[in-house]
Amino acid sequence: MIRSTHLPLLITLATFIVAYALCASAYPAMLSFRVVANLLTDNAFLGIAAVGMTFVILSGGIDLSIGSVIAFTGVFLAVILRDTSLHPLVAFALVLALTTGFGAAMGATIHYLEMPPFIVTLAGMFLARGAAYVLSTESVPITHEFYDMLQGLYWKIDGARFRLIGGLMVLTFLVGIITAHRTRFGQNVYALGGGEQAARLMGVPMASTTIGIYAVSGGLAGLSGIVFSLYTSAGYSLATVGVELDAIAAVVIGGTLLTGGYGFVAGTFFGILIMGLIQTYIVFDGTLSSWWTKIVIGGLLFAFILLQKGLTWAAEKRATRARQRTATGSAALS
Amino acid sequence: MTNISTSDRPVLHARGISKFFPGTIALDDVELRLMPGEVHALLGENGAGKSTLIKCLTGAYRRDAGVIMLDGTEVEPASTADSQRLGIGTVYQEVNLLPNLTVAENLFLGRQPMRGGFIARKRMNAEARAVLQDYGLEIDPAEPLTAYSVAIQQVIAIARAVEMSGKVLILDEPTASLDHDEVQLLFGVIRKLKKRGLSIVFITHFLDQVFAISDRATILRNGRVIGECVLAEVTQHDVVTMMLGRQLEARVKARDVGVAGKTLVEVEDLGKRGMIAPFSLDIREGEVVGLAGLLGSGRTETANLIFGVVPADQGKIMLRGQEIGVTNPRDAVAHRFALCPEDRKVDGIVGDLSVRDNIILALQARQGWMRPIPRAKVQEIAESYVRALDIRLASLDMPIRLLSGGNQQKALLARWLATNPDFLILDEPTRGIDVGAHAEIIALIEQLRADGMALLVASSELEELVAYSTRVIVLRDRKQVRELAGDEITPDNIINAIATEEVA
Repeated sequence: MIRSTHLPLLITLATFIVAYALCASAYPAMLSFRVVANLLTDNAFLGIAAVGMTFVILSGGIDLSIGSVIAFTGVFLAVILRDTSLHPLVAFALVLALTTGFGAAMGATIHYLEMPPFIVTLAGMFLARGAAYVLSTESVPITHEFYDMLQGLYWKIDGARFRLIGGLMVLTFLVGIITAHRTRFGQNVYALGGGEQAARLMGVPMASTTIGIYAVSGGLAGLSGIVFSLYTSAGYSLATVGVELDAIAAVVIGGTLLTGGYGFVAGTFFGILIMGLIQTYIVFDGTLSSWWTKIVIGGLLFAFILLQKGLTWAAEKRATRARQRTATGSAALS
Repeated sequence: MTNISTSDRPVLHARGISKFFPGTIALDDVELRLMPGEVHALLGENGAGKSTLIKCLTGAYRRDAGVIMLDGTEVEPASTADSQRLGIGTVYQEVNLLPNLTVAENLFLGRQPMRGGFIARKRMNAEARAVLQDYGLEIDPAEPLTAYSVAIQQVIAIARAVEMSGKVLILDEPTASLDHDEVQLLFGVIRKLKKRGLSIVFITHFLDQVFAISDRATILRNGRVIGECVLAEVTQHDVVTMMLGRQLEARVKARDVGVAGKTLVEVEDLGKRGMIAPFSLDIREGEVVGLAGLLGSGRTETANLIFGVVPADQGKIMLRGQEIGVTNPRDAVAHRFALCPEDRKVDGIVGDLSVRDNIILALQARQGWMRPIPRAKVQEIAESYVRALDIRLASLDMPIRLLSGGNQQKALLARWLATNPDFLILDEPTRGIDVGAHAEIIALIEQLRADGMALLVASSELEELVAYSTRVIVLRDRKQVRELAGDEITPDNIINAIATEEVA
């Protein structure tokens, strides 16, 4: 049975299938495994960050800091690997602890100081970007044999290379889906997004949930930064400007309500793929400028906002009907 | 006042509860005894201390004195979550569940059945179905909460509170937004829970509901317990008297109600589901019709429906015999209706605008913003009303929020009088203003009536209604129950009408 809450997810899925069919009819080569593999590889860092963003938006918040945190992570790793003899795995652990703690600190500020997430994470955005500049204003190349090894890992089908980072993104999504629907933390995230006052009265632990949400977002932005450094083999403090907005776009195109409470992590996955698909199409076409990507994404976002409004409206209609139904039902009883 | 003779120990016994707010004593040495398996009504007008007491019991407020005993042991709830764990569950007027979750998710939030570290969804849905069946609900718990009506959501909220807490259930105006059939559904659940031995505190403004479902009642007034009684042994009249604390001897008062003219406005079967039962009334020129009733009886709702603040879903309004459509206040203003709302701070004044701008607001709105009233004309209108109503101010340019309550009220009246209305609705025109201004407003009402205006005045001040009303319509439980005219209009008769049980 299709529930109305699943409808946006199904529409996202349908959009993806239709878009892919259109692309494939224009360029049959887009059906190849190679395109799919590149889609996963090229969007890995954005996808991982968007999982964190999905949790934040589901809870009714926003995290503007993730683009800066990704850049900071890249620069941090590059500088550590250049200047010290630490193993990359140790550096990974360090930077993940740092970004998770950074997210948790923002979450604590939001909860205890009762500040809007927009402002707190805006401050976080400037802080993280600034910290990246402090480490280095130049692009720092990463050369380490462990990096070469990781970058060389792939799973080959039909000449297409499914690389480690694409797999990492898929894994992140799977863990995200299970967390959202099968854990108490996930349920609390939805509860927060559904109504703060009600959630509090129902005994949801507000502090730990809010802090947890932003810690997850920060941690996943760190992971995204690691993936980005593997993707580009460098750390650059000017990189990934505005990635938080791409992530928000992917979440909304994925069918999650920007006001919180409704949506699915799986939807974000297809949101990412739709955005990646548009880019791939423009590459295949060759004559279109890359700004067409922005225009199409803008149009899609607008369409999804209208769709969400329409669904909300339909749900209200349905609630009114349900009310009338029970009223006549109990009247018949008495 | 009956002391119930029972050897049973109370499940919940709050003693000597006091709560002070700066400048006021919200609760003064209040006692509440809740016996096992009883439904106990907590009664009182607004501001009597009902919600403060509930908040102290559930840990939302920290009390300043007193002891709370639960099952014979002293408890100290520090938060609502804490009181839930102790066994006191609360259901509020507004359904406090999450509209974005399913029924089962709402029921089990925070205590979901787990398997291997993950939520066992199938088991959760099955358990939810079983629990809800106990409450007489055959619904699919995997559906979103919003698929069901407010009444069913309210039952789900009760089920959640009972399953989590299980000793004491506090229902804080659970029926406020339900209609008659839905109330019956809820009462069925309450009776079942009572049989299970649960103790229930029931708060409502609806006296019929109190007598229909409750065993005993504690009556509060001004933060003190006025009485504890077994409801089977008292009448509604006794209860209303205790709540209002008024002397029932009718005060003889010179009434001069003038001569009414032609019928101006007729309302036929106007109503809105879940808000107010369909009512009919007619008002003639040069007549004041008073609306009396307890808080929540539907006075404000009646006024709002006629003025189109809330569109009616049935019935019609006739003006001089012609049917008119009033679906929003703009329509009403166009037909020369005017409404001074109950809460002038929220719905009336625009605090930072000058007194002059506030006075001219409604007239300018009716003219349309494209045709500004000339400055000189504005000044003239404002000055004439300030003089006529004796509004005391330093300057017409001062922000209206700086005026005293009584002068704000007069400025609001001026705003609507400036539109030269045929039909003026006043909702609580004398609330929260000092005695002098009070008398002036009453004099003004009488003056307007003498000038041939039709007025509908809702008020909780019985003496005041008696003084100026040509007729009084008594409301109760969001229904019109009685119309009093002529010499029948006495405070005593109004109280009797409010308290009289309906003939079923």
